[in-house]
Amino acid sequence: MGRYLIRRALFMILVIMIVSFLTFLIFVKLPAGDPARRAVGRTTTPEQIENARKAFGLDKPLYIQYWRFLKGFVPWPGLWLNDQVYFSYGSFEPVREELSRRIPITAVLAIGAAVIWLLLGIPIGILSAIKRGSLADRAAMIFAIIGVSMPIFWLAQLLLYTFWFKLELLPASGIPIGYTGWAGALRAAAEGRFILPWVSLAYINAAFYARMVRGNLIETMNEDYIRTARSKGLSERRVIYKHGLRGALTPVVTMLGLDVGLLLGGAFITETVFGLPGIGQLAVQAISTNDFPTVMGVTILGAFIIAIANLVVDVAYAFLDPRVRYT
Amino acid sequence: MAEPLLEVKDLKVHFPTDDGLVKAVDGVTYSLQPGETLGIVGESGSGKSVSSLTVMGLITPKQANISGEVFFQGQDLLKLPKDEMRTIRGAKISMIFQDPMTSLHPFYKVGFQISEAILQHQDISKKEAMDQAVEMLARVNIPRPRERADQYPHEFSGGMRQRAMIAMALSLNPDVLIADEPTTALDVTVQAQILDLIDRLKSEFNAAVIIITHDLGVVAEHCDNIMVMYGGKAAEFGNTDDIYYKPLHPYTWGLLSSIPRLDEEKQERLNPIRGLPPSLILVPPGCSFHPRCPYRFDPCDKDVPELLPVDGHHAAACHLSLADKERIRDEEVLAHR
Repeated sequence: MGRYLIRRALFMILVIMIVSFLTFLIFVKLPAGDPARRAVGRTTTPEQIENARKAFGLDKPLYIQYWRFLKGFVPWPGLWLNDQVYFSYGSFEPVREELSRRIPITAVLAIGAAVIWLLLGIPIGILSAIKRGSLADRAAMIFAIIGVSMPIFWLAQLLLYTFWFKLELLPASGIPIGYTGWAGALRAAAEGRFILPWVSLAYINAAFYARMVRGNLIETMNEDYIRTARSKGLSERRVIYKHGLRGALTPVVTMLGLDVGLLLGGAFITETVFGLPGIGQLAVQAISTNDFPTVMGVTILGAFIIAIANLVVDVAYAFLDPRVRYT
Repeated sequence: MAEPLLEVKDLKVHFPTDDGLVKAVDGVTYSLQPGETLGIVGESGSGKSVSSLTVMGLITPKQANISGEVFFQGQDLLKLPKDEMRTIRGAKISMIFQDPMTSLHPFYKVGFQISEAILQHQDISKKEAMDQAVEMLARVNIPRPRERADQYPHEFSGGMRQRAMIAMALSLNPDVLIADEPTTALDVTVQAQILDLIDRLKSEFNAAVIIITHDLGVVAEHCDNIMVMYGGKAAEFGNTDDIYYKPLHPYTWGLLSSIPRLDEEKQERLNPIRGLPPSLILVPPGCSFHPRCPYRFDPCDKDVPELLPVDGHHAAACHLSLADKERIRDEEVLAHR
């Protein structure tokens, strides 16, 4: 186990380095024009551009520039997204602070949505698997097919139009000024400002999960060991919930870990439609304004979260399925 | 003859499918005495497994049209409500399956899986059930049973898993044990061990056993009576000697001739039964074996032969006259063995 974790950690570092290097090339080096000029804005003197070039280290060779960014990936106080390199070209604020302001919002959005889609998707999947072919099953699968085919931005607008504009039941969301940090995000959630974003994000995933659970459970219920469970005289309820679900839900854990990891890196469409100042929104802003330290910061944060989610999933899997061993 | 323990009368199991009605079992009758071992032999698709799964109540009226009667201790199992059937299934009639690799739940420990069966039918504590499970593992010759009970199925070998299945099936001291191809998935050496184990436990637990197999060689030593099934029906029924030394049905002849022999001097080609098992949707008219039968004559493609007793309870379903059958058997079949 220890050796496995060390190997996985080393692998994680490699992945993050590759991601960061590609991001560095794509967003810092590839765009046309002088990055120093892009950084300082329109009306500037050549002197100012030179100053910016020095301040951002853009006069140094490529590998030193990358090295400066790379040091910021070390999760250590003073190094982790350090202010000397990671500050916004737009606001000159440290990227770290910007991120920590936005993380609670994205986290509340992602985790809340995940809870909703699990609470919807798993029971619907189970129901339609055990009542296969019934009216309920058909209804559930129509729900699922709509969910997987509907673009999220469209659903989000539709929800906004209906529940905020027409019915005036729910706030349009957005986070009021003064709602800062975790307390602010939770307060906004308590006021219902996350309900529409949660539902938009959850529906598509609930549909996926319902289909996956249904498929897995139907497949599991055809296994020989289910026949054995029945031959013991167990009740059908116990056969389904103790023997069937155990096999059917294990892959769901894998999916969930990766999906939540992905969302924690920013749910940019939902955040944009509902005006939530989360990570995804920041990423889009940063890319469109050529604010490449912020782009680097967001990308690395995302890569980090996904790499950790992967690791957590793999370790959890070995606990859930005794046949899996760390090798 | 004593009151039979289990009596199956004219059992029919027909599965409605999109392609038509699959007549998996089409009128099967047999009885099982206490302490008897009955072999049910036939090819894939002859209905041997489906008939016993139906006896276990594992094929439900939802899946198939079931008719006939299955009497066990004076009750017709086919008419029992689900909940009452569950008190019999696993406790009084239990079953082991073909593939021990997939028949145990991969996520639960072996001891738990056995004790779960015990707890379902007995009002005892979890710990007592686990002790019983460990004792059962010991009785099926699993070394260090206490440790083994705490392991997962993937840590067991194939033979050990089948032993664990047997331990589970016998843990409630059932009256009938149905073994559905218990050795098909195992090595030859392990096969013999498992069959010997079933034999031994049968007398220890005083149970009657039904062994389902496609291999006449397997059942020879272990069965009292044998039913040969073909196309969802019984082709021949008799005691082991009848079936091996005085077989009366051309299908049984084919099965016996197709067993490869080690004592043959020169290498001979295997002697298969020509053709394929019949479609269970479009069952051939008359005797379902007639398209493959080298001895077919006039009535075979028109009339369905009945399973008629020849002597004692030896019976065969074939239109040939007894004299013809005995002549063909002695001259053409047994002469080659």
